[in-house]
Amino acid sequence: MRYLPLNEDDRAAMLARIGVSSVDDLFADIPDDARLGSLIEGLPEHAGEMAVERHFTALSKRSLSAGEAAFYCGGGAYRHHVPASVDHLIQRSEFLTAYTPYQPEIAQGTLQTLFEFQTQVAQLTGMGVANASMYDGSTATAEAVRMAVRITRRNKCVLAPGLHPHYAQTVHTSANGDKIEVNVLPPAMGKDLAVVDKLDNDTACVVVQNPNVFGELVDLTPLAEAAHAAGALLIAVTTEVISLGLVKSPGEMGADIVAAEGQSIGNGLNFGGPYVGLLACKDDRKFIRQAPGRFAGETVDASSKRGYVLTLSTREQHIRREKATSNICTNSGLCTLAFTIHLALLGELGLRKLAGLNHARACVLADRLGTIEGVEILNTSFFNEFTVRLPGNAAHAVEAMAKSGVLGGIPASRLFGAGEFDDLLLVATTETNTDDDDAVFEMALREVL
Amino acid sequence: MAMNSTGRPTAPADAQSTAQDVDTFSGSRGLLQAEPLLFEVGAADKCGVDLPDVPEHTSRLGGLERSEAIGLSGLSEPEAMRHYVRLSQRNYAIDLGLYPLGSCTMKHNPRLNEKLARLAGFADVHPLQPQSTVQGALALMGELSHWLCAITGMDAVALSPKAGAHGEWCGMMCIRAALQERGELSTRRRVLVPQSAHGTNPATAAECGFDIDELPADATGRVDMDVFRSKIGPDVAAVMLTNPNTCGLFERDIREIADLVHEAGGYFYCDGANLNAIMGKTRVRDLGVDAMHINLHKTFSTPHGGGGPGAGPVVLSKRLSQFAPVPYLVQDGDAWRLVEDDAQAEEKPFGRMCAFHGQMGMFTRALAYMMSHGADGLRQVSEDAVLNANYLLARLKGEMSPAFDGVCMHEALFDDTFLKNTDVTTLDFSKAMIDEGYHPMTMYFPLVVHGAMLIEPTETESKESLDRFADTLLSLAVAAKSGSSDRFVSAPVLAPLQRLDETQAARQPVLRWREA
Repeated sequence: MRYLPLNEDDRAAMLARIGVSSVDDLFADIPDDARLGSLIEGLPEHAGEMAVERHFTALSKRSLSAGEAAFYCGGGAYRHHVPASVDHLIQRSEFLTAYTPYQPEIAQGTLQTLFEFQTQVAQLTGMGVANASMYDGSTATAEAVRMAVRITRRNKCVLAPGLHPHYAQTVHTSANGDKIEVNVLPPAMGKDLAVVDKLDNDTACVVVQNPNVFGELVDLTPLAEAAHAAGALLIAVTTEVISLGLVKSPGEMGADIVAAEGQSIGNGLNFGGPYVGLLACKDDRKFIRQAPGRFAGETVDASSKRGYVLTLSTREQHIRREKATSNICTNSGLCTLAFTIHLALLGELGLRKLAGLNHARACVLADRLGTIEGVEILNTSFFNEFTVRLPGNAAHAVEAMAKSGVLGGIPASRLFGAGEFDDLLLVATTETNTDDDDAVFEMALREVL
Repeated sequence: MAMNSTGRPTAPADAQSTAQDVDTFSGSRGLLQAEPLLFEVGAADKCGVDLPDVPEHTSRLGGLERSEAIGLSGLSEPEAMRHYVRLSQRNYAIDLGLYPLGSCTMKHNPRLNEKLARLAGFADVHPLQPQSTVQGALALMGELSHWLCAITGMDAVALSPKAGAHGEWCGMMCIRAALQERGELSTRRRVLVPQSAHGTNPATAAECGFDIDELPADATGRVDMDVFRSKIGPDVAAVMLTNPNTCGLFERDIREIADLVHEAGGYFYCDGANLNAIMGKTRVRDLGVDAMHINLHKTFSTPHGGGGPGAGPVVLSKRLSQFAPVPYLVQDGDAWRLVEDDAQAEEKPFGRMCAFHGQMGMFTRALAYMMSHGADGLRQVSEDAVLNANYLLARLKGEMSPAFDGVCMHEALFDDTFLKNTDVTTLDFSKAMIDEGYHPMTMYFPLVVHGAMLIEPTETESKESLDRFADTLLSLAVAAKSGSSDRFVSAPVLAPLQRLDETQAARQPVLRWREA
């Protein structure tokens, strides 16, 4: 077995040193009738690299990958180009095979990059501080709601009609144990402002996504003003973080907490995970004390050299146990590293250009699809994703396009369930698409309608 | 002047200086290059990515264009490579040396798994593209489910939890849903959690709305059964137990614990963090478990990555599997299908834990690990992990103080009795290990032992590696006891940094860089 260094002589010598005659003596505490006498049933025996690779390659070929298709799916996960150097750097042993940086003297690599990550996230979102990551955008949103409830000592939250339904469901499920009252407005395209009508004295927060799940851009400023007037917090959600290179930041528009999906920077589609949840908030002790997860902070060592440590951990489960702000322990470490390196390579200049390119490609595509008879672009504004109304069932159109190698967006019914939105299609595009791809998509859509 | 074998002068003994005494002009120290923050070495107008030109278009941002600068710093590619390679060299890593963190299972991360996780059919597929176009990815999830159920003997597995604590939450929410269905949620408030449990256990139970009732350990490091029997009752929702526990011991009375909690109408949640000790030796089903999360990033070697990502699938008994969250996987003949919507569900999902369907990147790595080992290899993994821990225990017990008598499972727990009457604490001892080239063991955990040192070598250490490690620890223990505390109280002096001021970090938090 190539991963096991002990040989039979080693094992015999070690058992002798321990003073037992067989390895089973070390398992004597397992109840007799619960001991497995033979190998685990239903599993094959060990396999070499070539055999395992053959199996995985065969499985991999049974899926149509984004790179093989004309690809226009978004809905909370986006396909962007990740420079080759990012994947190389995150595979360095020192990053890949390190644990959580609990021994800061020998973990400055991880800690300094986390400090850089937190700074980048704070800059992007226009917020004071950011934590060292959550699992993904949806769990970051659920944690942000619970955080707002603790800060305001109020018990209700209002979810905007443009919030990604998976996010709304995640919030709803997580609020269950805390008995937080979740008021989900029925999904609708241009009605995010309606949350204002639901504000009352018990409202801890309103949760608004921008761009919303239909791709429409939302001016958060009046929402923030209304929320603050009612003593509530505004939680701004972003599922496409590249948009922050071009669109006003949630901080600039008055958000108190930002929960976002960071996958678009540095991380691939990966069929839904691992991704990287961003959580940023105002630089206010009251907020920071109630924040979930880890923070890296700057300090000095015994010889006054600058260094970084995990800090403010009295909020966390390993210290605070049942009174912790969250049960999160492992977060998205290596995904934050990919995010930080990719964003360092982009820089201010690169991110702005990338965001501009995404928006331009979406504008060009919307114009192109709008020429198809019966196809209507529903958005008045968008970043790189928009909603189109088809003359028929969108799920059927998507299935039919897939047969010709076109992954032409996400039927809204996939997110909202069959019914009201059956004829709506969410279409996203990025810098990875070319005019030729757009032409293939247009032709495929024309054919299936 | 002394000469070496090639006739070059060697330094006279009185001119020797120690590494920490040398101040360099550059701030670099030999191979260890000084490296400021990204924001200090980068610039707003630098970029390491070439992008195509922006096509002509009419902007449709609805008047929400960003006008302010973001403030980001950029680097060209060669600068970025140096920046992050230099930073990487300040990290300890499994690939560098033994990483004996108890309860963390820092084992070798096979690189085949990295390669396979990057195959396009898994890495470059979108979570919401038509299910007919991702049958390979779904089949892989199905295979992973089969392996996890076979190893544990359980009936079903929920794949979407994203880490161990998320898995705990999934399992406890299933229990909550079952109680709700029985109409007993309002009366069953208590969850019994041993004092030795990971902090995530009480935090999770509290997040699910339960009250925590702590179980003390007995003199052997296991659940005190007299106390347990006295606490069990009709208001108990569940017991959350780690097995083997965080003292590195198998809970001998686990069957009685399961029977008692079941007789009282509660459920048995097992924290599977220590599954690495028992694969192929017993099945948790046969121990009476109702739900258990599995840390793919521990037992099944998906890399820890400096703190994540992990994955925490939860295996469930038949009576809980109906409450598993959406999305879940079903097989119709040869085809795989995800049930993503409560409304379509034939079962009774308690809800949704996250967007999409879990940590696919971890699933591929974990399955590659399992297939490489097979049923025979997985059993060998547990046997070698336990053997290695006991070998260290046997080698160290003469100079260090085991917390409990007898053999251990996959990790060996020591207390600080052997440091009594010295000026050396568990923290000092751990920091001195850094100067010796080792990552410290888990320290001050579990809480049931004074000055705890929890050592988990894992099965991927050779006997030679264990011997070198044991020799080093024995020398340190002897040095501590001989009264030479200098090498301990100032340690580490050979690491990139000396001890960091954590009090200052917490009192005056600096959580981001700002322009001076």
